Amino acid sequence: MLPNKQGKFGPFGGRFVPETLMPALAELEEAYRRLKRDSGFRRELAWYLREYAGRPTPLYPARRLSEALGGHLRIYLKREDLLHTGAHKINNTLGQVLLARRMGKRRIIAETGAGQHGVATATAAALLGLECVVYMGAKDTVRQAMNVFRMELLGAKVIPVESGTQTLKDAINEAIRDWVTNVETTFYVIGSVVGPHPYPMIVRDFQSVIGREARRQILKLEGRLPDMVIACVGGGSNAMGIFYPFVRDQVVKLVGVEAAGQGLESDRHSATLTVGEPGVLHGMMTYLLQDRVGQIKGAHSIAPGLDYPGVGPEHAFLKECGRAEYVAVDDEEALSAFRLLSETEGIIPALESAHAVAYLVKIADRLPRDTIVVVNLSGRGDKDVAAVRDYLSGKTA
Amino acid sequence: MTGAEKVRQAIEEANRKARAALIPYLCAWDPDLETTRALLWALAEAGASVVELGFPFSDPLADGPTIQAATQRALRHQPSLEDFLEFVAGLYAEDYPLPIVVMGYYNPFFRFGLKRFAREAREAGLCGAIIPDLPLEEARPWLREARRRGLASVMLVAPTTPAERLERIAQVSTGFLYYVSVTGITGARDRLPEDLALRLDLCREVSPVPVAVGFGIARPEQVKMLAPHAEAIVVGSALVKIVEAEGSRAPEKVKRFVKDLVSAAERS
Repeated sequence: MLPNKQGKFGPFGGRFVPETLMPALAELEEAYRRLKRDSGFRRELAWYLREYAGRPTPLYPARRLSEALGGHLRIYLKREDLLHTGAHKINNTLGQVLLARRMGKRRIIAETGAGQHGVATATAAALLGLECVVYMGAKDTVRQAMNVFRMELLGAKVIPVESGTQTLKDAINEAIRDWVTNVETTFYVIGSVVGPHPYPMIVRDFQSVIGREARRQILKLEGRLPDMVIACVGGGSNAMGIFYPFVRDQVVKLVGVEAAGQGLESDRHSATLTVGEPGVLHGMMTYLLQDRVGQIKGAHSIAPGLDYPGVGPEHAFLKECGRAEYVAVDDEEALSAFRLLSETEGIIPALESAHAVAYLVKIADRLPRDTIVVVNLSGRGDKDVAAVRDYLSGKTA
Repeated sequence: MTGAEKVRQAIEEANRKARAALIPYLCAWDPDLETTRALLWALAEAGASVVELGFPFSDPLADGPTIQAATQRALRHQPSLEDFLEFVAGLYAEDYPLPIVVMGYYNPFFRFGLKRFAREAREAGLCGAIIPDLPLEEARPWLREARRRGLASVMLVAPTTPAERLERIAQVSTGFLYYVSVTGITGARDRLPEDLALRLDLCREVSPVPVAVGFGIARPEQVKMLAPHAEAIVVGSALVKIVEAEGSRAPEKVKRFVKDLVSAAERS
């Protein structure tokens, strides 16, 4: 079972944090391992996922998309976009905020890039009556002003982060600084399968409800496992969530799609696994976008949720051992897929999820007849509509 | 003499003169390398014992706003560890008298290669390293290379560190052991924890190497209060603030301030 006791997935993962946090991470790991086996906790989480968030989500046969791609594929969409708050993020925040409450922590902090994880955390904190502070890069607070307002409506305090590149990676730094300072009273809800151990494991476990459902659903619908599962990868939580229950099914090809942004040669992308190199950031050893001397580079994607210069350590491991394949599609390809899915299925996907669809579009011709493909539709595109309109009308997104 | 021994001896020499050793922190390249050089000489003239010289990193997650800003100023010069070691070697070629330890986040060292870094650091005369995001469990590869080259591998302990863990960390720390005074990030503070002196005394009981206290210490009164309870005292953000305000004129002011801190470190 991975990670091992040191929180390592092969050489990746671990705990590269200031000493102050080490006891807190040990406490969190201990509490999590205990609650994971606690039937009361499991029932409570399952209840909220079902009655509040809207699980299980459908595994929807996308017939018109299949037709548009040549009619020879059996394409299914895992509809995480139908969840409360519009994306898979709520699976994790409900789990972690329930965990925080069980651990007696009254104050919740989180980082957010585009705002989706911030909104999902603020939602769970409001639901359970806990104080919530969200760190968000100052640039992102401007680009995603509606999500700032949404979090405030939910009772959270949003703190703009002015340091560094003023985006997600700096928001994570600032959340860690807050946690170092207030570690006795505060629970840090990390939004992806990143950070120091045990976070990559905890977030994976909470998100793997996606893959467990999808596996059960496809077996019922098709009577066999899919040939391929495709998901977009920023930090990689939706991908890890859908991959994990299929990892031992060697016949299922797992494909993670990163953002090639304006092109892999442009330096304006987020394709960490595709072109990055191993290093240490945010408490973990993983693939990073970095320069020659080890300074972390800025990331770019039209999809704000993919805009991160690191990636979950378990993805780094799945890449190294060859169990999953990681590819990249650029902004234009993602936008075409965004429109294609809207027009063929009446589903406006999040720009992040559109990357997964785009990769399928790209390889569809090469896939044999009756290939069963499951695409994780991790979120809905309502949040992106304005940005896409601006982009298509010639302004920069 | 190895780097670790030089650091330890410099601290013990101050202790023999009945004062806590003063360890100033500065960020290299803030605002430029010439100023850093002048500042380092000012520190030596002011009576500091050891220098903690920061290598800037894009994501300094243990640092408060003052050192974050210094890091940003320094990064504009796009420094590399090669440049850093060359700079240190240059200082020692001019007989710079104080032992220097680098304070930096792990990724640049990892990327440079730990083995290569330890070898070249020793050649340059650098005495050791403090890596705040490399806790005991992850430190083994670095500890091995540091030991091999006689470099000080300064480990940190915090108020949240349990007693049994503190002992294990103290056993592998060389040069000195760095006690983080507060649960928090670097930066000047008006108040330090009430039980700090007591905690330091407990820490010194189990540590085979000298104990330095740092984070939040900014004023002579604080240094005076802590001097009987620690072998060494680290002052960082307060100096960096002077550099921020004065730029290339900072060395003279820094020298006066550090002189005050050094006299405050006398154990009367």
